[in-house]
Amino acid sequence: MAPRFPLFLPRVSEENLVEIDAVSFGYGRSPVLEGISMRMRRGKVIAIMGGSGCGKTTLLRLIGGQLRPSKGEVRVGGRAVHELDREGLYALRRRMSMLFQFGALFTDMTVFDNVAFPLREHAKLSEAMVRDLVLMKLEAVGLRGAHNLMPSELSGGMSRRVALARAVVMDPMLVMYDEPFAGLDPIAMSVVGSLIRRLNDALGATSIIVTHDVVESLQIVDYLYFVAGGRVVGEGTPEQIRATELPVVHQFIHGETDGPVPFHYPAPGYDEDVGLAGAREEAAHAA
Amino acid sequence: MLLDRARRTLTRIGHNFIENVWRAGAMLRFFFVLLAASGTSVRRFRLVMREVYFTGVLSLIIVMVSGLFVGMVLGLQGFETLQKYGAQDSIGVLVALSLVRELGPVVAALLFASRAGSAITAEIGLMKATEQLTAMDMMAVSPMARVIAPRFWAGVISMPMLAALFSAMGIFGGFIVGVVMVGVDPGAFWSQMQAAVDFRYDVMNGVVKSFVFGIAVTVIATFEGFDAPPTAEGVSGATTRTVVSSALTILALDLVLTAFMLRGDT
Repeated sequence: MAPRFPLFLPRVSEENLVEIDAVSFGYGRSPVLEGISMRMRRGKVIAIMGGSGCGKTTLLRLIGGQLRPSKGEVRVGGRAVHELDREGLYALRRRMSMLFQFGALFTDMTVFDNVAFPLREHAKLSEAMVRDLVLMKLEAVGLRGAHNLMPSELSGGMSRRVALARAVVMDPMLVMYDEPFAGLDPIAMSVVGSLIRRLNDALGATSIIVTHDVVESLQIVDYLYFVAGGRVVGEGTPEQIRATELPVVHQFIHGETDGPVPFHYPAPGYDEDVGLAGAREEAAHAA
Repeated sequence: MLLDRARRTLTRIGHNFIENVWRAGAMLRFFFVLLAASGTSVRRFRLVMREVYFTGVLSLIIVMVSGLFVGMVLGLQGFETLQKYGAQDSIGVLVALSLVRELGPVVAALLFASRAGSAITAEIGLMKATEQLTAMDMMAVSPMARVIAPRFWAGVISMPMLAALFSAMGIFGGFIVGVVMVGVDPGAFWSQMQAAVDFRYDVMNGVVKSFVFGIAVTVIATFEGFDAPPTAEGVSGATTRTVVSSALTILALDLVLTAFMLRGDT
């Protein structure tokens, strides 16, 4: 039988699974990314870090083909994502998956049906086989006992783990995580963190984590990119990042309020805005 | 000053007009995309049946009870007027014709829009707001085929049946008032109705109407949900718009359809 997705199969030996080349993107007139470039090696866990609103999630959407870059290109498995037609894109998406910030579980289905959803939609398997696979993935995230619950009965950390099981149920080659640690307590956070690492290694997949959680991600990732102002401002392995002198990375890791990432949103001068510009000059003259 | 205000008003009216024309176009395009994505609904009819339960079966109570009341009121009002001319035996005809031609399809569709249409919009809008639709799309499952189309077809299937049940319950209500309460002869009630109501002209035209209303209401409901801004106000606004524009569309379509259907020779 011919392989079902021949498009991507001959390229499995390539070193980089995802390549982002000089990509620019903006919503309306405000640019979010300005000529950003990244390389993501196969089998690695890569973190994209940066402050809120710096375009991290946008990057994931570009990789998943939900958005089109205004300049440059994103290649997954050697193919430019924005050049794929709908069928090509869906064929690609069957081999990648995304974990959304709040899980995005289907609220009208049980935990079991949520995890079984991609299998039932795409793989023609018997119900017994589906059951085995789903329970296997739920066991891996420690929630086999919760398979009959509805998403509304789960805590935040549990829904994140169910979403994780759903994300890996098709054994994808690429898993993208959008803020997987947001809003979790320290225990749930390290549970999710170690699951991401273990699942990545067990599946031989590549993982991209978008996060602003420095401590957790330095422990589990192989490589980090720092994004600020729509550009990559620092990159390296966790050891390199810990040792770096780059001011923006330093600011981020130490949580300094002002620095290369400014505290203030761009605005005209404060004195001018509150009508004090003249008064200060006069005061200076008088002195 | 005055000129300035007038210009602003004019700009706003123009802007609203363009916005509404744009939305109408977007809705039509949405309708065609929806039809193109309907293959899954045919192949996996179980998906449609599940939605028939939510939109149709769960609307049964409100539709049947309303039908009963409307029929009883028609019976009372009709009897009051008809007995002045000594024609109270024709009460069955009056009740049946008003119901199958007009009130059945129209009132059932209005109830359907407020019961099921608003629920469809809110559900789809919330699925969008909680990224469920995006998640589905990222799993290479088209939300149009998997979520929207089954709800649409379920509405199209349920609506004529609900309208028929509304009319049947209405006629039963008319029977209770006319025959049981005010004493019209049951034989006259049924036989006159049988003689006066034409199956193709009266009943089928009512079915055609309810079918068209079913399409209109579900397209509006699914479009508004799909198009809702992913916020709390966005979803509540979309739900309101579904009920308001469904009601106006149903009444406007009813006028057009009635104008086309009347033969003028009777």
